Amino acid sequence: MAEKFDAIVVGAGPSGNAAAYTLAKSGLKVLQIERGEYPGSKNVQGAILYAQALEQIIPDFRDDAPLERHIIEQRMWMLDDNSFIGTHYRSDDYNKPPYNRYTIIRAQFDKWFSSKVREAGALLICETTVEYLVMDGDRVTGVHCDRMGGDVFADVVILADGVNSTLARKAGFHGELSSKNVALAVKEILFMPEETIQARFNINENEGVVIELMGTVTEGMVGTGFLYTNKDSLTIGVGCMLSDFKANPKKTSPYELLEKLKRHPSVAPLIEGGEMKEYCAHLIPEGGFNAVPRIFGEGWMIVGDSGGFVNAAHREGSNLAMTTGRLAAETVIAARAAGKPMSAKVLKAYKEALDDSFVMKDLKKYRHLPEVLETSPQFFTTYPSLLNRAAKTLFTVDGVDKMTKQREMTGSFRSARRIRGLVSDAFKLWRATR
Amino acid sequence: MNIAINVEDKLFQNRYKVDHGRPHIKIKDAAVCANECEAQQCTYVCPAACYKAEGNGAVTLITDGCLECGSCRVICTEHTNVAWEYPRGGHGILFKFG
Repeated sequence: MAEKFDAIVVGAGPSGNAAAYTLAKSGLKVLQIERGEYPGSKNVQGAILYAQALEQIIPDFRDDAPLERHIIEQRMWMLDDNSFIGTHYRSDDYNKPPYNRYTIIRAQFDKWFSSKVREAGALLICETTVEYLVMDGDRVTGVHCDRMGGDVFADVVILADGVNSTLARKAGFHGELSSKNVALAVKEILFMPEETIQARFNINENEGVVIELMGTVTEGMVGTGFLYTNKDSLTIGVGCMLSDFKANPKKTSPYELLEKLKRHPSVAPLIEGGEMKEYCAHLIPEGGFNAVPRIFGEGWMIVGDSGGFVNAAHREGSNLAMTTGRLAAETVIAARAAGKPMSAKVLKAYKEALDDSFVMKDLKKYRHLPEVLETSPQFFTTYPSLLNRAAKTLFTVDGVDKMTKQREMTGSFRSARRIRGLVSDAFKLWRATR
Repeated sequence: MNIAINVEDKLFQNRYKVDHGRPHIKIKDAAVCANECEAQQCTYVCPAACYKAEGNGAVTLITDGCLECGSCRVICTEHTNVAWEYPRGGHGILFKFG
């Protein structure tokens, strides 16, 4: 196929679909290439959809997108081995449309998004892996596929090929991922009747709950767990920094960690009886601001996970992906309208648009967080345990006077971290999140 | 804490289209795993347990259950002994829910 396109988008996840949709909608001749059997078949996410980023692309998405439940309650749990202490935030304001976020099932959602991309006029080819970029000097001129007779050409190639960023790595645009900059997450989907979910989580039809968990379940590794309510299924998962999995002296496998979470006495009753229908694993780029590689060049741009666009502190990724995809597409559209070539000099506008958006502003705000967490495992083990112990001391009525209990509580914090450690931890958190 | 758990039971729920005879990941040099890598972290980090530590010190790889996460390649920094590609189009894991 010697056909030439205005743009080629590699990948049909949120960033690739956002890019392809925006380009096709403006009348460009777009080829989108997806290696899965259908869009979504290679994609993994928790998954929470934040409405705003999609609304900017498809304002009426709520009319027919496959959405599971809108979230009305957020729980944060800190676990030790037998208990949890946590906060819940629930508001009926989240019950007023338009809803702010939803649980979704990615295979279904990506299929839907892709149908919109094709309606907009893009040509989608599935079951085709792009093996490498076709270059002319330092300029990307097309892609080489494992089917369709090999090379396809375009003025610009948008790389939405996911966290492993295989194509940019092979082209030498950036190096291998560092295990310190990615989290390995595993999850299962457990099916049960809608009514059971609603009774267990104290919600009505279509209402959803999100539980984020941290504590001893990750064995001192930097990581968190999650439990999301879908319509008639729950998603439960856990993820830790890949470097921590690698260095964990207990040599715990990700699936052992997940099993441990499922058996936690505070979690087990919520998921009991669920029928497990799929087990997934995925890397999440959590290196943040300092790990974002070069994202544009001669005839190419990188969007989504491939560029490391994840705000780990706020568990946001797909909204950043969609926004980067849209901004990359808008850069192409504006350049064409001005009759400019797809050179690095022109595509630099994509980086500038990103810097000006919440994407880079948020990543910049938390740029110190990865290094702080990496050097402070106490946030994931010591503090959750101390808080649980303090709660137990406080709430157990056993004839011990309250002043003694109070001394015991402050004493346990002091002996675990010393005053200097407590102050330094507070400072670190402030610096990492200010 | 180590829980006895059979990951094959989990993988059994998944849908795969295995590209028979064409594994997408290969160990470049088996001798490197056996002689130069003491930790063999791939044997416990891989979420699909594709890598097995054999009694004789060797590491064997069967990619049929691979979830295509990329962890094995990323952690093999000392020896870069993993040749990692995506499967041919349409092959490998096919998530029903993702």
